[in-house]
Amino acid sequence: MIGGKVAHKISPHTLGELAANRSSVLVSGTNGKSTTNAMVCAALEELAPVASNRNGDNMTSGVISALMSSPKSRLAALEVDEMHLVQVAAQVKPKVFVLLNLSRDQLDRVGEIGKVERVMRQAINQNPQAHVIANCDDPLIASAAWEAKRVTWVSVGSAWHDDSVSFPRGGGNVIRRDRDWWVTDGSYRRPDPDWIVQDNQLYSVHDPTKSYDLALQIPGQANRGNAAQAALAAQVLGLPLDRGICAVSEVKQVAGRYRTYQVAGRQVHLLLAKNPAGWQEALTMLDPQVKNLIIAVNGQVADSKDLSWLWDVRFEHLPQTYPQISVCGDRAADLAVRLQYAGVKVKYFDQVLAAVKAQPLPSAPPVPSPDTGSAHASSEAKTPPLPPGGIPVELLANYTAFRDTKALFEQLNQK
Amino acid sequence: MDSELRIGVIDPEVLGTYGDTGNAQVIAYRAEARGIKTQIEMIHLDQEIPAELDLYVMGGGEDNAQALAARHLRESPRFFQAIAAGKPLLAICASLQILGEWYVDAQNQQVAGAQLLDITTSPRGERMIGELVTTPMLPGLTQLLTGFENHGGITTLGSEAKPLGQVKYGYGNGVAKGQTPGLRFDGVCQRGIIATYMHGPVLGRNPQLADYLICQATGFDTLPELQLPFIDQLRQERIKAAGKSESVTRRK
Repeated sequence: MIGGKVAHKISPHTLGELAANRSSVLVSGTNGKSTTNAMVCAALEELAPVASNRNGDNMTSGVISALMSSPKSRLAALEVDEMHLVQVAAQVKPKVFVLLNLSRDQLDRVGEIGKVERVMRQAINQNPQAHVIANCDDPLIASAAWEAKRVTWVSVGSAWHDDSVSFPRGGGNVIRRDRDWWVTDGSYRRPDPDWIVQDNQLYSVHDPTKSYDLALQIPGQANRGNAAQAALAAQVLGLPLDRGICAVSEVKQVAGRYRTYQVAGRQVHLLLAKNPAGWQEALTMLDPQVKNLIIAVNGQVADSKDLSWLWDVRFEHLPQTYPQISVCGDRAADLAVRLQYAGVKVKYFDQVLAAVKAQPLPSAPPVPSPDTGSAHASSEAKTPPLPPGGIPVELLANYTAFRDTKALFEQLNQK
Repeated sequence: MDSELRIGVIDPEVLGTYGDTGNAQVIAYRAEARGIKTQIEMIHLDQEIPAELDLYVMGGGEDNAQALAARHLRESPRFFQAIAAGKPLLAICASLQILGEWYVDAQNQQVAGAQLLDITTSPRGERMIGELVTTPMLPGLTQLLTGFENHGGITTLGSEAKPLGQVKYGYGNGVAKGQTPGLRFDGVCQRGIIATYMHGPVLGRNPQLADYLICQATGFDTLPELQLPFIDQLRQERIKAAGKSESVTRRK
């Protein structure tokens, strides 16, 4: 089949022709695009077959490929890179935008965050036909959606506040209090939310009878916010909200993220984080019962060669949970120095597989001591049974480290 | 310094774009390891910058942030006097620029700086991004300095300002677009201020510079040896990478 890139070259109108007669949802923002898009897709599939770039290929050519590969579907769930939003939206003419969050992502590649907000704003303002489902807690998202004709504001909460200190409209200083925010000169403040995600609940501000449990298959507060925005997007296209929430709750893994692999007698739970905000979220997704943690960091072009963001992630609480953390990846030395200054005891590995194999089995029987009597009896009481499938290990990786690790694990599982 | 070393992080909410707040963490960690008690104070935009702290750090930031921080400095006269009188301050990238006589911002406006450094900064028209390695020129520093630079400004030093290092790899204070880079420098030393274009954060990669600042702030001549694993490896890796990926024409 002809690829999206080629099709785009042959006719610049290809995308518009492919998208005509479809109802499309465009998902954009720094973090959570793929997960949210998978959720939108799961929800819309309750209505009819859906075209979607499930592989995460979110540039124009990836969107074209997704639509080409599903010519008969009348619905589309499409994640779109922030900087491609204007050109994709101009042709797709979406029914719904889902705007998640904006934070610094690979600064040395894509430029300043203010520029991303301007692009997103332009896409929204050029598509008055679209309904916008926007995270009102994020000042940059709120700014981008400020003039939207139809907007549903969702308060999702966020662990990351560091990239929206000056407001893009006027450059004033943004003050934040929990979820709320306002500009010091009084010019702008957070739009009133229509919906609020609090812990495991999504509820309507306007109608107290509308309250829904968000019991997801995947971890993290950020994903509950993503789930809410996805279900609300599907509602715009006609799916009742309760059915949408059921559908998005069933999403278990997204292109290998959150998936558990059996490797060398360990159950390795794979988490991806691509930028400081994503790392902060990912740290909240770690299972505190699991004491084996591997962090893998690369510095390829796709990751950004500037690793100084590692110092923006708050690793300082990790020593309380992990007596030691294993590091690997081509920039493991940067990570090791960072973690060391956060008080973490670090063990360095050249290869991810070596790091997995080095994760300790459940604690060995304690050495007998004169005053506790039989060490054998106490070890039986203390040593937890080996979990079926192996020792659980959490593995957190940035973009190319995740990609390479996932490929390696899949190859090992095929053998 | 009284009983503890008090470190002020100025405007971390706008000058923390590139991990530079980590510089304060490194200083605190290395001082504590020598038995010096420390306290890090985050100084926010809506409060006057106190003049009584022992050492200040300022990070890099984007254009809007730079303007906010520049105004904050102007509105903190006691702090200004303390720095003018020689109190130690580490300033990175955007902060280097706003401490100067003036800088030209993204809208091509010339903006008055804090005038604590005898420097001026103008846009180059194209960003300078990559690994930066310099040979230090500040007496007391012997190890190469390494960091990651990402800026669009060319900084020119006046007679009162001395460079921090001579560039081995990278741009540093800047190379005009299209011009063949010759002898070039990074950073500025004047009064108690040490300013550089190096992110990374710079002290994470350059423990000798961190210890230098601790000595300046505490009055100690030297500190006991502190060997932390992985730092030498990180330095070697980064310096090697800088040599390989050198985008500026190498001097023969």
